[in-house]
Amino acid sequence: MKKLFGLLLALLLATPVWATEALTPEMQIKNITNEVLTIIRNDMELQNNGNTGPAIQLIDDKVLQPHFNFRHMTSLGMGKEWRKASPEQQNILVQEFKTLLVRTYSNALTIYKNPTVDFKPARYQPTDTEVLVRTQVLQPGIKPVDIDYSVEKLENEWKVFDVVVAGVSLVTNYRQFFSQEVRDGGVEGAIKSLQAKNQSPEKK
Amino acid sequence: MIPTHSSFRLVLVAILLLLLSACATPTGNRSPNPDDPWEGFNRSMFSFNEGLDRAVIKPVAKGYEAIVPTPINNIITNFFNNIDDLMIAVNNLLQGKIKESVSDLSRVVLNSTLGIGGLIDVATGMTFEKHEEDFGQTFARWGFGEGAYVVLPVFGSRTVRDTFGLAADLPLDPVTWVRPDGLSLSMVGVRQIDARADLLSTEKVVEAGAIDKYSYLRDAYLQRRQYLIYDGQPPREEEEK
Repeated sequence: MKKLFGLLLALLLATPVWATEALTPEMQIKNITNEVLTIIRNDMELQNNGNTGPAIQLIDDKVLQPHFNFRHMTSLGMGKEWRKASPEQQNILVQEFKTLLVRTYSNALTIYKNPTVDFKPARYQPTDTEVLVRTQVLQPGIKPVDIDYSVEKLENEWKVFDVVVAGVSLVTNYRQFFSQEVRDGGVEGAIKSLQAKNQSPEKK
Repeated sequence: MIPTHSSFRLVLVAILLLLLSACATPTGNRSPNPDDPWEGFNRSMFSFNEGLDRAVIKPVAKGYEAIVPTPINNIITNFFNNIDDLMIAVNNLLQGKIKESVSDLSRVVLNSTLGIGGLIDVATGMTFEKHEEDFGQTFARWGFGEGAYVVLPVFGSRTVRDTFGLAADLPLDPVTWVRPDGLSLSMVGVRQIDARADLLSTEKVVEAGAIDKYSYLRDAYLQRRQYLIYDGQPPREEEEK
């Protein structure tokens, strides 16, 4: 018994304390940003040929899927129209909106070939569950662009639910559009528009 | 030759007359949008501007970007940025933001001297960051309501308030003081093309994100104006739960 206890204690002491603590919102955004920048810098297709396709796929798989809360982004993007959709429709909307947002966000970042990112200190209380993390993307010759991330705490991890580029939210910019769509063609109409958009080929 | 400032005034009168006709244009088979009462007119203007951009402005901007080496492109951008810092300083002052106004004037002095006539932006490196202010924002701070969204020919997205802002900005634009008129107009032309070239890459984001380009750009414009008016800290909209 004593030996077992001793072994357990040794194991506990061997595990570094920081591994059990959750990342702060700034650290989470730093990680996300650095992962995206690494992908951009190392992607030969992007650097040499200006072809963003492979980089965007990688950004989607490795960065966005794990760290973005697309369900929240969709409900935020649709505003009061979200409640008018049935649960099945909501699932479809989340899938479609996710595709749209991934394309938009990735295109925003792959404009840059060699950016650096400035992280501004985030102001929040330890008990806050929603935090705004401000960053600035810099590249010589281009005006600095503010990119702000709204993150929320979900099961000990901070997930992104809004991305604001130069004051324009990539998520809430569709509210008026969705209001019009639902007014004219109901939720089904809105879904069809989203699907048509996602199926159209990306312009090079 | 008509003095340049009169030419600009004529253009603005024409625009204001167009605004009056905006009320009369129908919206087509779309239900009326309470937040965009002049939508029919705006969409027509938007199509016109898009056509002009496709046919003339964008090709010239692409040519400019292809031919002009990046360092020269930067110098040209810096030159025009330096000129508009004066107007930005005036607007910050009119909004009661004295500290920012002094900073803007410092930018003009530093960039004009150390930056060799505004060709190099030394001020940003010395932590005098560039602000973005115009009369439209000043009128907002003074309490004027936004008014309807309107798309002006050539100038593009505005609100009624911002259209008056545009009218107030022009006399303070040093490029319009330049004589002879031909040189002044050429400078305006180069500035427009330089600005358009800087936006060529951003277009990709709009193409990727916009389901309906007109409404995407409208709502982006309105969001950005709020952001600029509140200097990057707009009041957070109540989330629909």
